Amino acid sequence: MAKLRQIAFYGKGGIGKSTTSQNTLAALAEMGQKILIVGCDPKADSTRLILHAKAQNSILSLAAEKGTVEDIEIEEVMKYGYQRIRCVESGGPEPGVGCAGRGVITAINFLEENGAYENLDYVSYDVLGDVVCGGFAMPIRENKAQEIYIVMSGEMMAMYAANNISKGILKYANSGGVRLGGLICNERQTDKELELAENLAKKLGSKLVYFVPRDNVVQHAELRRMTVIEYAPDSEQAQHYRNLAEKIHNNAGNGVIPTPISMDELEEMLMEHGIIKSVDESLVGKKASEAAA
Amino acid sequence: MSTNVSVEEVKERNNQVIGEVLEVYPEKTAKKRAKHLGTFENGKTDCGVKSNLKSIPGVMTIRGCAYAGSKGVVWGPIKDMVHISHGPVGCGQYSWAARRNYYIGTTGVDSFVTLQFTSDFQEKDIVFGGDKKLAQIIDEIETLFPLNKGITIQSECPVGLIGDDIEGVAKAKAKEHNKTIVPVRCEGFRGVSQSLGHHIANDALRDWVIDKQTGKPARFESTPYDVAIIGDYNIGGDAWSSRILLEEMGLRVIAQWSGDGTLAELEATPKAKLNILHCYRSMNYISRHMEEKFGVPWVEYNFFGPTKIIESLREIAAHFDDTIKEGAERVIAKYQALTDAVIAKYRPRLEGKKVMLFVGGLRPRHVIGAYEDLGMEVVGTGYEFGHNDDYQRTTHYIKDGTLIYDDVTAFEFERFVEKVQPDLVGSGIKEKYIFQKMGFPFRQMHSWDYSGPYHGYDGFAIFARDMDMAINAPVWSLTKAPW
Repeated sequence: MAKLRQIAFYGKGGIGKSTTSQNTLAALAEMGQKILIVGCDPKADSTRLILHAKAQNSILSLAAEKGTVEDIEIEEVMKYGYQRIRCVESGGPEPGVGCAGRGVITAINFLEENGAYENLDYVSYDVLGDVVCGGFAMPIRENKAQEIYIVMSGEMMAMYAANNISKGILKYANSGGVRLGGLICNERQTDKELELAENLAKKLGSKLVYFVPRDNVVQHAELRRMTVIEYAPDSEQAQHYRNLAEKIHNNAGNGVIPTPISMDELEEMLMEHGIIKSVDESLVGKKASEAAA
Repeated sequence: MSTNVSVEEVKERNNQVIGEVLEVYPEKTAKKRAKHLGTFENGKTDCGVKSNLKSIPGVMTIRGCAYAGSKGVVWGPIKDMVHISHGPVGCGQYSWAARRNYYIGTTGVDSFVTLQFTSDFQEKDIVFGGDKKLAQIIDEIETLFPLNKGITIQSECPVGLIGDDIEGVAKAKAKEHNKTIVPVRCEGFRGVSQSLGHHIANDALRDWVIDKQTGKPARFESTPYDVAIIGDYNIGGDAWSSRILLEEMGLRVIAQWSGDGTLAELEATPKAKLNILHCYRSMNYISRHMEEKFGVPWVEYNFFGPTKIIESLREIAAHFDDTIKEGAERVIAKYQALTDAVIAKYRPRLEGKKVMLFVGGLRPRHVIGAYEDLGMEVVGTGYEFGHNDDYQRTTHYIKDGTLIYDDVTAFEFERFVEKVQPDLVGSGIKEKYIFQKMGFPFRQMHSWDYSGPYHGYDGFAIFARDMDMAINAPVWSLTKAPW
């Protein structure tokens, strides 16, 4: 058996990380790969399309119920979904209380200690949008995910986020050996999107792994709590995800230490592509009415 | 060191030893520590050192944390309230009963000082928040200890990190049980030492006890002679040996903050005619507040050693009429014989002995008078967590050439003692055995070495005996190896 590949999907909130990752992993499973998905989001919805349902027992909700995480058996929290993909969710507190970051750490330690990673080809971590604290950086630290795929689009904030995540990877690159696998552009149909995504990837010292076009069939599949791979296996979109899966599968060992750019460089890049116009510094912070006066 | 050394020589020696310790440090550390070390120059308005700044990692500071300042110092001694150490078990467990805050009461029934209450946070309390557990603990306390008068929630670090809403729980439960429930945000990571914990605890007292009384029926009959003792934690009974003097001079002590104190006493304090403040550092905040809001004046006093006791009794009396002024003189006269006897017995055994101190709160200056009453001399002193106003107040106590060390490091303290060769070192438990092994007599000046009280006339007699016992113990003549 080939060496276990530990990958993680990061990206701005709402960019389509969970959808992209589950479709890609479903395609990898079709190829015969044995996969574990670790959802690292208190909402516990990273495995919904694979399981056709929200995971009933997240590690942390069960731990809270039973007293401590030591009281749980791995079978109680690991579910099998489409193509025997194994799914676990870390879970976490409701918004506004407790510490979700600590929850991710607890959950990942539990999985490792209980042999959840045995007999697998892939472990994939799906991490919530913003790496707000140390807990959500857990999957990129030592002995966790080795390849990070950043899901982004041509929107400015998605690119900011991609750049910030690259900074996080850089921080742990030397101590833990984590690498940037590449960018995945989830099409939003913004101006010059492909060109921008490729350019950003280049600036980060990485590459655009795949450009996933926008297609409503994804929505249709989502409403049925399914991946496109399962819902419409013969669709063009399913083929795109298969292509992406193929690229990731062949990308082993090709990750890089990213070279994140400064805020100014990022804005410059957007200007080069005519996305934002160069603005007279004297107009910064002025309302339209003030600027006209 | 021979006794006929000039002040100039002492200053020169101080400069030399300060230079020696700084030389060992890395450049950055040396630059920072240099500001905390110095020699007092007569006529200056402060001690010439910086204070209340962040300790440097790795130097083994003697300081504590904000939780220690709130739970351990200010709130902990209030005997009829239950103080919950809110967070993981260690903070409460390892500080359990470390301060000897004596109290009268039936432990576990109406008094709770020496019990340890903790929410014992587990992983799930961190991840999901500890609010529900806190609410449950408060309910359990109400069931198990129904005679408690109130509850305080002493936050440990994780509570602040995960942002638990302890104020929300406190409000809801206070309403439900009709009790005073005080949330205190004294997470240990806040501030540079326990000093911020004192301040936070004072602010919580202000917001959740003192200022919340409007509308409460006041079952309190005032007299013209009501005073409150502020900043006496009754270590080994200190507040009791102070209180009797005030009562004997005709005053009525309506509250003790907070040694052997009760919630009702705290609530009554704004009705005092005068707040008398012993530990300025830990309770000046609430004293200032009561002055501003309720017009209660406050005066600092010092009940260590007869000279300072006499000064203080007269100063307190000056705020009252002739009855009290005469009362003060009567008290002074009454204890003169006791004082004379103590000094007659111990001064000849202690005359000329040199002392180096390193303690917290008020003691680095307040105890100096007591040593001098016994003919001893304090040649070095410093504060764990003092501020500039403490060092200003210290100038009234110390002599020209006194070595000053703020937030002293383990290394500095050892080197200073080695160089100065005092006859006695007064500091804490962590320092005790180091100096004793170095052959120096030592007294713990936080806990009075399980003795006390040291306040008041009765305390002075015990203080004198203890210092004599430490310095003149025959063991010290046996520490030199015979070869």
